[in-house]
Amino acid sequence: MTRIGVVTFPGTLDDRDALRAVRLAGADGVALWHADADLRGVDAVILPGGFSYGDYLRCGAIARFSPIMDAVGRFAQQGRPVMGICNGFQILTEAHLLPGALIRNSGLKFICAEVALYLEDSVCQWLTPQEVTSHSRTAAENNHQVRHHHARQLEATKRVVRLPINHNEGNYICDVPTLAKLQAQGQIVLRYCAPDGSCLADGSAPNGALDNIAGICNRQGNVFGLMPHPERVCDGISGNTDGASFFNTIAQTLRSIEQ
Amino acid sequence: MPRVIVDVMLKPEILDPQGKAVRAALTRLGYTGVADVRQGKRFELTLAEDPTAEALDAIGQAAATLLANPVIEDVVSIRLEAGSAPVPHPGSTPVLDQAQ
Repeated sequence: MTRIGVVTFPGTLDDRDALRAVRLAGADGVALWHADADLRGVDAVILPGGFSYGDYLRCGAIARFSPIMDAVGRFAQQGRPVMGICNGFQILTEAHLLPGALIRNSGLKFICAEVALYLEDSVCQWLTPQEVTSHSRTAAENNHQVRHHHARQLEATKRVVRLPINHNEGNYICDVPTLAKLQAQGQIVLRYCAPDGSCLADGSAPNGALDNIAGICNRQGNVFGLMPHPERVCDGISGNTDGASFFNTIAQTLRSIEQ
Repeated sequence: MPRVIVDVMLKPEILDPQGKAVRAALTRLGYTGVADVRQGKRFELTLAEDPTAEALDAIGQAAATLLANPVIEDVVSIRLEAGSAPVPHPGSTPVLDQAQ
């Protein structure tokens, strides 16, 4: 069974929600501990939200040097999937596994709201069903159909999602050459948008994020960070299931690799 | 005990919402001559003994690695306080240690 690990740091809040979201996606959720040096053989890693180390110094700055982060860094460099949600995104930028930084919200207020987000065409492996290498022609054909089906689904219904945000430092920033690269290489995964999916004017993101960026990935698409919380809206209980695809797609990809 | 002072500031091109809020408050209080405020961080590292040149280098590396995030911040100065021997605040250090 596909195993997806969720790391708990001191001050992490959303590890249980993330583990639950993983299980809802049909994968095995594996609790990982910040002080451990290995990843217990998981197929993907999630750094969940919260306030690791009380957000002391800078958000994510201390967690970034946890023993487990050496293993996460090597895992990421091998092209394996890593997702950082909220504080996890901040940890990934502090660890330089993703470019840029997340600074204080421009309005100086902690924001707790459900917002509309536009799923961009990106290379993000967490949201884009992946080409699977397989020796079996039949399996390859099946996978192709699965990919096709997902792409169509994304086009039709999942371009605009509503997800909760809860943060004080979600104001994404990077220098001009980095922004140009992110754009050109399909690394901008999510942008804050109007409820109907139309673009917001630059500077009108809830937290002031540059170019309304809510989530980015690395060049290879395996490392993904986002400020919104998909793990909290994965089943009908919360009145919204828009977060489910953030776990289902990667779980499906990993399952098809296993087969 | 010798003390090293490390000052960290946001890079000039990075927006500083806190500094802007402080400036707005100053204006409200009637300090109208302040055109801009940037807020930074000061770290005081108390050392067990006088640092060697290598020890100071190591502090410089630590400052660039942990104390500042080079993507958004600059270490603007690292200096050894001459003859620094701060009077210990009664109980402050032990209390902190116990709280850990």
